[in-house]
Amino acid sequence: MTEQHVKLTEGALEKETTTINVGPTHPATHGVFQNIMEIDGERVLSTVPTIGYIHRAFEKIAERRPYYQITPLTDRLNYCSAPINNIGWHLTIEKLVGMEIPKRVQYLRVLIMELARIADHLVCNSVIGVDTGALTPFTYVFQWREKIYEIYEEICGSRLTTNIGRIGGFERNFTEAAWQKIDAFVAGFPALLQEFEELLTRNRIFMDRCIGAGPINAERALSYSFTGPNLRASGVDYDVRVAQPYSSYEDFQFNIPIGTAGDVYDRFLVRNREMWESLGIVKQAVAKIKELDPSVFHAEAPEFYLPEKADVYTKMEALIYHFKIIMGETDLPAGEVYHSVEGANGELGYYLISDGGRSPYRLHFRRPCFIYYQAFPEMVSGGLLSDAIVALSSINVIAGELDA
Amino acid sequence: MSNEQIKEQLSARFPDLGEWEEQYGLLTFRAAADQNIKILQFLFEELQFQFLTDITGVHFPDRKDEELCVVYHLHNLPANVRLRMKVYLPVERPETFTATQVFAGANWMERETFDFFGIRFIGHPNLTRILNVEDMDYFPMRKEYPMEDPTRIDKDDEMFGRG
Amino acid sequence: MRPVKYNENEKVSLAPIPDGYQGEGFMATKFDEVIGLARANSLWPLPFATSCCGIEFMATMGANYDLARFGSERMGFTPRQCDMLLVAGTIAKKMAPILRQVYLQMAEPRWVIAIGACASSGGIFDSYPVLQGIDQVIPVDVYVPGCPPRPEGILDGVLKLQEIVKNESLRRRHSEQYKGLLSEYGIQ
Repeated sequence: MTEQHVKLTEGALEKETTTINVGPTHPATHGVFQNIMEIDGERVLSTVPTIGYIHRAFEKIAERRPYYQITPLTDRLNYCSAPINNIGWHLTIEKLVGMEIPKRVQYLRVLIMELARIADHLVCNSVIGVDTGALTPFTYVFQWREKIYEIYEEICGSRLTTNIGRIGGFERNFTEAAWQKIDAFVAGFPALLQEFEELLTRNRIFMDRCIGAGPINAERALSYSFTGPNLRASGVDYDVRVAQPYSSYEDFQFNIPIGTAGDVYDRFLVRNREMWESLGIVKQAVAKIKELDPSVFHAEAPEFYLPEKADVYTKMEALIYHFKIIMGETDLPAGEVYHSVEGANGELGYYLISDGGRSPYRLHFRRPCFIYYQAFPEMVSGGLLSDAIVALSSINVIAGELDA
Repeated sequence: MSNEQIKEQLSARFPDLGEWEEQYGLLTFRAAADQNIKILQFLFEELQFQFLTDITGVHFPDRKDEELCVVYHLHNLPANVRLRMKVYLPVERPETFTATQVFAGANWMERETFDFFGIRFIGHPNLTRILNVEDMDYFPMRKEYPMEDPTRIDKDDEMFGRG
Repeated sequence: MRPVKYNENEKVSLAPIPDGYQGEGFMATKFDEVIGLARANSLWPLPFATSCCGIEFMATMGANYDLARFGSERMGFTPRQCDMLLVAGTIAKKMAPILRQVYLQMAEPRWVIAIGACASSGGIFDSYPVLQGIDQVIPVDVYVPGCPPRPEGILDGVLKLQEIVKNESLRRRHSEQYKGLLSEYGIQ
């Protein structure tokens, strides 16, 4: 087997620098992407990233699937925070169709999305810890991710790739057990986050590793179309939840943390702070939902929302709607819509061109990871190899979102 | 800054832009293939559209001489306004200019569009395939190619309803 | 003297001693059984996590579903020191040669578990860049279905592999049948 996975540049073997392959399988790359780095001792001179090792052709598959079957596909974009992707997709279709969603459904969606954001930031921050050698916060944090998984399980049945909700709302009302678990989470999470911060945030070794590693300033970040916590760590306060509020985010009070230097430490701190803010939003959502009619969990949209099975077997209209939805005979408007949500990594956009048929004519995902990963060479050139590794984990590249 | 103002200022400077639409609140217009960078620069400097949200491509096999379309989504962060620009290209010579001089983030976006549709961006520093394998010789997102791997032998198409 | 009690937890059972001939201070049994027992309970995994199943694998490694109690304490990320290749996630055609290379670098005896639907058969992605199952490039011992499989499912897969390892003959890797299997994949 003499396949070369590392393409050496001209004269690479005659130079005094070393070309190393931080390859697709590497304990530090959390996902499959390759970086061919040129290093001089410990200093990284340049790096060429190669991606596509998990390209699964989502956009091509989406052209063959009816709209409700694309939701499991969106799960697998940023799989650490799958509910955000699902709900973003549902919001896109609802925007295309012009559906009115009841307040309670919107607040429930906000609750789920913020829990997903907490889950994703927990992974990212603990993995920054792992890359600097601190494995303990990782194990503590994953205990609490299990609790978030249990909440998802009560609602939709699945832990990680949730396929949560339907076009128009949720598949079933949140059960009593789900509310108990949410309350237990809200009560117990601050203690964990406090402990996590005590372990890492003012830890001398962690600070020395992270401050000044992988910096990018605001102007370059904007030119590279950064969004999300990476952009906010560089100092720009752009958050889609505030700029173009969707699903009633304007009813919630929260702050947007921003950093100054755009290095690993700032990204870590911004994500930590965002977790506190998300927890605040979850508490507000729980309080607001208590005041609304508890039987509402979906919009009145019989053309898109599957009727209750009991009705399908007994009533004629329900049977017809069920048939039309499953067979894809629903009348959808032709048009093009771009909708974006604030994913855990940034602005996750859905550009949908519909021709009125059963499947989209063209669906494009604006994936934040893909767009900001191209700035990685600029962030690490001139720094040390170990800084490059920490920078790679701090920008939270999720392979599913990178390659789609 | 409202959509009307943007349309006025753009039409004053580039009179031959067409197909002005406003779908779901997003102003959309169409530009010629050789004008795209001039328009992007004008939007960057004069109208403060300094954030490139996305570049992607679409294939319309039924439109003669304009089968491939490059779609730019732009965002004016201070005024919070979005804009969509479309450039139509013939499938025989799908070439247009690269936006990497204006936006650094256009680099990989254009590579992805090239990888999927075969649209060439003149002046791009490294226009190679990014997501698919390098020795692939067709552009998979075009409508004439199937979703499944055409060379696979282990799955029976009859059973999957596409025999 | 205070009496000493061992194994107070009724739910935990000790692995039985293999049958053999016991005497005063010694025990004679077959190599197959002892080595099988040792290998089965200390399988060091090589996580080859590509996508969503990788996160479920991380959850299995975590404290709630602890894979370490089955002997997989050390996640070696190097093929040279690991016995068990856990392929979790979709393998694209671009990744297949790398998977093969990692498999070739592993030393015998080596086992492969395909975790998840994508690794077993391509999963929900029946599209042009996805390899429809890793058994197109490397031989697989255990398939764990699921999308993603629950951590209990992954543990079940590891336990099934432990059964295979415990009962494997020491001569298997030199047998004609095994060599035939490898040559089907083009591996010498």
